Amino acid sequence: MHELSIVMSIVELASAQASHHDAAVIEEIELDIGCLSGIEMDSFDFAWKQAVKRTILENARRTVNRIEGRALCLDCNTDFTMEHLYDGCPNCGSHLSQIRSGKELKLRSLVLPD
Amino acid sequence: MCATCGCGPNSHHHDHSHDHTHETSPGKKVVDVEQDILLENNLLAQRNRGFFEGRNILAINLVSSPGSGKTSLLERTLTDLKGELGFAVIEGDQQTANDADRIHATGTKVTQINTGKGCHLDAHMVLHAVQGMKLQADSVLFIENVGNLVCPAMFDLGEQERVVVISVTEGEDKPIKYPDMFHSSTLCVINKTDLLPYVKFNVEKAKEYARKVNPRLEIIELSCTSGEGMDQWYEWLKSKVLQPV
Ligand SMILES: Nc1nc2c(ncn2[C@@H]2O[C@H](COP(=O)(O)OP(=O)(O)OP(=O)(O)O)[C@@H](O)[C@H]2O)c(=O)[nH]1
Ligand SMILES: [Mg+2]
Ligand SMILES: [Zn+2]
Ligand SMILES: [Zn+2]
Ligand SMILES: [Zn+2]
Repeated sequence: MHELSIVMSIVELASAQASHHDAAVIEEIELDIGCLSGIEMDSFDFAWKQAVKRTILENARRTVNRIEGRALCLDCNTDFTMEHLYDGCPNCGSHLSQIRSGKELKLRSLVLPD
Repeated sequence: MCATCGCGPNSHHHDHSHDHTHETSPGKKVVDVEQDILLENNLLAQRNRGFFEGRNILAINLVSSPGSGKTSLLERTLTDLKGELGFAVIEGDQQTANDADRIHATGTKVTQINTGKGCHLDAHMVLHAVQGMKLQADSVLFIENVGNLVCPAMFDLGEQERVVVISVTEGEDKPIKYPDMFHSSTLCVINKTDLLPYVKFNVEKAKEYARKVNPRLEIIELSCTSGEGMDQWYEWLKSKVLQPV
C-alpha cells in the first residue's frame, strides 16, 4: 500500500504549509492525481481515512482532480488518450510514445482560515 | 522524516519569498502550493545518485513479486563474479534478515533495511544505509527491494538501473497487470527457465506484453538454478560497469 506513504507525505507537506501560515486547521485541500500515476483511488481513499486522523487535515474538504493520460506517438506524432501504460498508438499501433500528462501527483492548493 | 541528516521536509521549503496566497471569501485564504508530492523522495534520490556517480558506483534496484528469485540471482552473481567486480548489497525486507544472511554467506558486504509494515524502500532509507557502508569506488551496489510488484515502482532510490525479475511460475501477463514496474525498469529478467518444461508459460507472450508497456526494456531469460542464460546477464552487468565516467 504505497498509497499510505503518499498520503503521509501529503500530510507532512500540508502541515508544513499550515504552520508557515500560522494556521491551526486546513479547511480545504486540492490535489492533482494523474490516471497514470500509479495511484489506485480506492486504496488512496482508504489510506486517507486512516492517515489524516488526528492531523491538521482531519476535517479538510478534499478535491481530487484526476488528470487524463495523454501520450504522443514517437513514430507518427499522433496525440492520443492513454488509459493504460500498455496502450499503443490508435493511428499506427506503435508503442513508442512519450507521456504528456497523467503522471501528476501534486498538492495544488490549500484553503486556510485567514 | 528525521532530524539527524537535514533531510526532513521543512529543510526545503523555508524560502517563501514569493508566496502565492489570495483571499477567496472573507476569513479564508487560498495558498497555491503547486508541489510534487514525491519531491522529497526525488530530491533525496538525486542526492544518492550524485553520490554514486561521483564514485562510479553502479547502483541497481532489484524489484519483483515475492519469490521470483532476486536473492538467488544475487547469490549466484556474487559467487560467480567474485574477484572480477567489487560488490555490496542492501537488502530490503519487511521482517527478517534471511536474505541478508544468504548474501553474507557469499562473503559480500551487506546491509539490512527492515521496512516493517512498509512495502517498499525509499530514497531516505537508502541514503542512511549507504552512510554506514563505506562503499568502494568503481563497484556495484545491488539494492534488493521488498518483494512487491506495485509499491516500489513509484520510489526512485537514485539507482542507475532498475531490474525487474519475473519467473516462469508466474503468469505471463505480469507486465500488463503491473505496468508501472515494467514501465520504469530498464531490464527484465525472466527467471526459472529450467521449469519451462513443467509449467504453462508463454515466454514470447510475456516479452510481447513487456514491450508493449516499455519498448526500450531489455529482456534476458535465465535460470539461477541451472545457470542457463547467466552469461548474458553478466555481459549486461559488465557493459554497465565499464562505461567510462
Ligand atoms: N527452479 C528454480 N527455482 C528457483 C530459481 N531461482 C530461484 N528459485 C527458487 O525460488 C525461491 C525464491 O527465491 P528467492 O531468491 O528467495 O526469491 P526472492 O525474489 O528473493 O524472494 P523475496 O525476497 O521473498 O521477495 C527459492 O526457493 C529459490 O530456490 C530458478 O532459476 N529455478
Ligand atoms: Mg529475497
Ligand atoms: Zn504497498
Ligand atoms: Zn502512431
Ligand atoms: Zn534522514
